[in-house]
Amino acid sequence: MTRGVLASRVHDTVGVRPRHGTRHGRPGDRGRPPWSRAAWLFLAPALAIIVALLVYPICYTAWLSLHDTRGTEFVGLANYTEIFKAPQIRRALVNNAVWAVVAPSLVTALGLILAVLLERVRRATAFKILLFMPMAISFLAAGVTFRLVYDESPDRGVLNAIVVSAHDAFSPPSKYHGARPRDGQTLVAAGGGYQLRAPATAGQPVLVPLVGLAPDRIPEDATPAASAGAGTGISGVVWLDFARGGGGTAGAVDTGERGLPDMTVQALRDGRVMATTRTGPDGRFAFTYLTGGGYTIRLPAGNFTEPFRGITWLGPGLVTPSIIGAYIWIWAGFAMILISAGLAAIPREALEAARVDGATEWQVFRRVTIPLVRPVLVVVMVTLIINVLKIFDLVFVLAPESTQGNATVVALEMWRDSFNNVGLSSALGVLLLLFVLPPMLINIRRLRREHL
Amino acid sequence: MSHRSRGAVTATLLLTSAALGGCGAQAWSDLGPKPYAGQRIEVAATWTGTEQANFQAVLDAFAAKTGAKVGLTSGGDDLAVLINSRLAGGAPPDVALIPWPGVVAEYAAKGVLSKLSGEAVASVRQHYSPAWQQLGTVNGSLYGVYFKVANKSVIWYNTEAFDVAGVQPPKTMDELVNTSKVIADSGTTPMAVPGADGWPLTDWFENIYLRTAGPAKYDLLAEHKLSWTDPSVVQALKLLGAYWSTPDTVEGGPGGALQLSFTQSVADVFGDRPKAAMLFEGDFVATEITKLGKVEVGDGAKFFDWPAINGSKPSVVTAGDQAVAFNDRPVTMALIAYLASPEAAALMAGKGGFLSANSDLDPANYPDATTRRLAQSLVNAEVLRFDLSDMAPQSFGGQSGADMWRILQEFLGNPGADPAAIARKLEAAAVKDYGSRR
Repeated sequence: MTRGVLASRVHDTVGVRPRHGTRHGRPGDRGRPPWSRAAWLFLAPALAIIVALLVYPICYTAWLSLHDTRGTEFVGLANYTEIFKAPQIRRALVNNAVWAVVAPSLVTALGLILAVLLERVRRATAFKILLFMPMAISFLAAGVTFRLVYDESPDRGVLNAIVVSAHDAFSPPSKYHGARPRDGQTLVAAGGGYQLRAPATAGQPVLVPLVGLAPDRIPEDATPAASAGAGTGISGVVWLDFARGGGGTAGAVDTGERGLPDMTVQALRDGRVMATTRTGPDGRFAFTYLTGGGYTIRLPAGNFTEPFRGITWLGPGLVTPSIIGAYIWIWAGFAMILISAGLAAIPREALEAARVDGATEWQVFRRVTIPLVRPVLVVVMVTLIINVLKIFDLVFVLAPESTQGNATVVALEMWRDSFNNVGLSSALGVLLLLFVLPPMLINIRRLRREHL
Repeated sequence: MSHRSRGAVTATLLLTSAALGGCGAQAWSDLGPKPYAGQRIEVAATWTGTEQANFQAVLDAFAAKTGAKVGLTSGGDDLAVLINSRLAGGAPPDVALIPWPGVVAEYAAKGVLSKLSGEAVASVRQHYSPAWQQLGTVNGSLYGVYFKVANKSVIWYNTEAFDVAGVQPPKTMDELVNTSKVIADSGTTPMAVPGADGWPLTDWFENIYLRTAGPAKYDLLAEHKLSWTDPSVVQALKLLGAYWSTPDTVEGGPGGALQLSFTQSVADVFGDRPKAAMLFEGDFVATEITKLGKVEVGDGAKFFDWPAINGSKPSVVTAGDQAVAFNDRPVTMALIAYLASPEAAALMAGKGGFLSANSDLDPANYPDATTRRLAQSLVNAEVLRFDLSDMAPQSFGGQSGADMWRILQEFLGNPGADPAAIARKLEAAAVKDYGSRR
C-alpha cells in the first residue's frame, strides 16, 4: 500500500509540473479573512484524521519507547542504549545501511541504463510494460516466488538449475560420486579418492569394497561381482559391498552384490603411479605385468567427482545480496519509467548540439544526458532510500528462518520485538522514523523548490 | 500478543492407562429437544482449510442437536492476536480452541476465562484421564479440555528405503544410530532434518531431553526453574549433536539442512525421488504425505515411536488445542461438554488427520490403522508431556526467530560445537525471555 502512495507522490514530483495553487509564487498577498474560516472548515476532517492516525500514534510510540517491556514502567532512554548493545539489532542496523547504500544506487543505475537504451529501440513501450510489471506484484508474492527461484535444490530452484547445468556441461559429475568405503575398514581416503590400507602383492587377490551407492545409480551394465581369484600379476575386484535388503558379510563378495564397472584403478609404488587400468563389468581389474609386492592400490579422485550442488543463495553469506536482487527485479521498472519521463523532457537541441560538436555517444551520455536528468535521478534515489529503510516484507518472506538472523533489518526486529517487548520495539520504530526523516525532508524541499 | 505472565501449567502426567469406568449416558443429551434454540454462540480456532471444514461438521452436529446457532472464526496462527484484540474490544468469542497452554494460563490469571462448570466439568471428568484433566487445570481449577491432540514422538520412514537397506524400525537410540549407518551404506541419506524451520529442532531436543533427563526435570526446565546449563541439558545436546554430526546422516549436510523447510522435507522423504529415508515430526506428517499423494500412509510411509534412550519408558511429547470458555452461559458450557464427549471426537476422528485424548473414544472410529496406532502410542505412553517450546515465552520458543529456535539452528549448522557452549547460550536467552514475561 505504501508503495502506491509513494509512487503517486513521486509522479507528482517528477512528472508534469503540478497545477499551481492560487497563492503560489505570491508570498506577499496572504490573508483573505472571509475565505480563511471556510478553508479551515474544509481542512478540519483531513486534519482530524491526520491527528488521530498519524500524529497521535507517533507521539504514543515515542512515549512507549521510554517504557519497559510491557509499556508500563518508565525507563528513560534505556531502550535506546539497548538498541546499540544488542548484537541482533546491531546486525540489523548494518544490514539497513547496506540496503540503503546498495539497493537504491543499483536500481537507479539499472533504471537509467534501461531508459537510455529503450529510447533507441522500436516498440519500446512493450518492453517498458514488461519491465514495469513486477511493480504490480506485492512484495509478499514476489518474496514467495523468489524463495522458489533461490531454492537450494536444483530440482526446485530455477537459478541453481541454471548454475548446475552450466557447471555440469564443463565438468560433469562422476557416476560413482557418493560411493565410499565402510568406515574404518580396508580403505582410507587419499588425494580425494580412496586407497587400500594394506599393500598389494602379485598373486594375492585384492578386495576393494565400496558402499553408499543407491540401487538406481548402479550402472546398467554392472554384472554380479567376480569372486576374486588369484591370477598373474596384481588383480582384484571393486564392487558394491551392499545388496538390496542388506545382509552379507562386510568386506566379502556375497551373492547379489554387483561389480562396479569402468572404475579407474591405479597401482602406486613409492608415491608414483606405476600402472592404471579400468574395471570390467563384474568389477574385476588386473595389472598382469606387475610383479612383486609393496604396491598401493588407489581409486583416484576422478571416480568420485561430486556433482555441483549449486549455490546456497539464501545461506548466511549471500542472503542479503539475494534479497536485494529480488528487490531490484521489482523496482528497476519503476526507476526506468520515471527516468524515461525525465529523458523525454530533455531538450533535443542540447543533445544534437553536442553531437554536432563531435562528442561521442558516451560523452553525450556522460556530459549532457546525466546532468540534465539529474533532478529525476535524485528524486528516484531518495524515494528508494526511504522505501528501502523501512524494508520488511521481502526480508520476512524471502529469508528462510535459519538465516533470518543474518538478513535482519530494523523493521523486522521491530516486528519481532513488538510481541514481547513493547518498549524496545517502539524505540526501534522511533529510530526508523528518524532514519527516514532526512531523505523525506530532502524530497519535500525539492517539491517546494519546484513549485515556486 | 503477550504471554508474559504465565501460571503454572505444571504437568504431572503419568497417564494411567486404566481408562475411566465404562461410559454411561452422555450428560448433555439428557437436555431434551433443542434446549438452546436460536441462541448464538461463536467459536474461534486456529484451523483453516480441511481441518476447519471438519470441525465445522462437529459444530453443525451440535447445532442440529441443540438448536443453537454456532459460528466458527478461524484465526490461523494469529489466533492469540485475534482474541487479544477481541478482548480489548470487550467482545471475545464464547469458546476458543487455543494451542498454547501459556496463553490459556495467562487468560485464566487475568480472569477473562470462565471456569468450566456443570455438565462441562462432568463430561471432562467422565471422558478424560487424570493426566489430561491436569493439563486443562490452572491453579487447581478446570479451565479447558483438549479436543485435538498431537503425537510429536514418532519418526516417519519411507518403507522402500528401509527395504533396500534391509533394516527394521529401531527401538532404541543405539539401534537408530546403527540403522542410520546401514541406510547410509545402502546409498540413501538416513534422515531429513528441516532446519530452515526452527520448531522441528525444538521437538528433536524435547524428545531426547524427556528421555534422558526424565519428566521431573522436563517440567522444571519448561518453567525455567532449572538452568539450561544443567548437566542434563548438556547431556541431551551432546547426544543430539553426536547424531546430527555423524557423516552422511543428515540430508544435505548441516548447511543444507538449514535450507530445508518442513514441507520440502516431507517431499524429500516421501516424494518422487526420495532423498532421505526418515523424517522426524508429529502425526500431522501423515496429512502432508497424503497431500503430496506419492505414497500411501501405512504402505509406502510408516512410522515408529521415538526410540528409547538408556531404557527410558514409553514417552510422548504432545501438543494440542484446548477448548476454553470466555463466559459461563449454559449454551457455552453445553458446547464444551459436547466437545468433551466421545461423540464429537468420533465425528472428527472419522474424517482423519485428528487424534483425540478422549478415553472413551472407540479406536474403530479412526479411518485407518496408522491413525489408530498413533492414537494408541499416545494413550499407552507412560510419560506424557506438553511441548516445552509451546509452554515457554513466545520470544523463547514460539515464533519465528525465537531464541530457542535460533540457537538450535545454529547448533544444527555446526553440530560439532561444544554442547556446553550451546547450553550457555540457551540459558542466557532464557534469562532474558522468561524475565520479560514475569
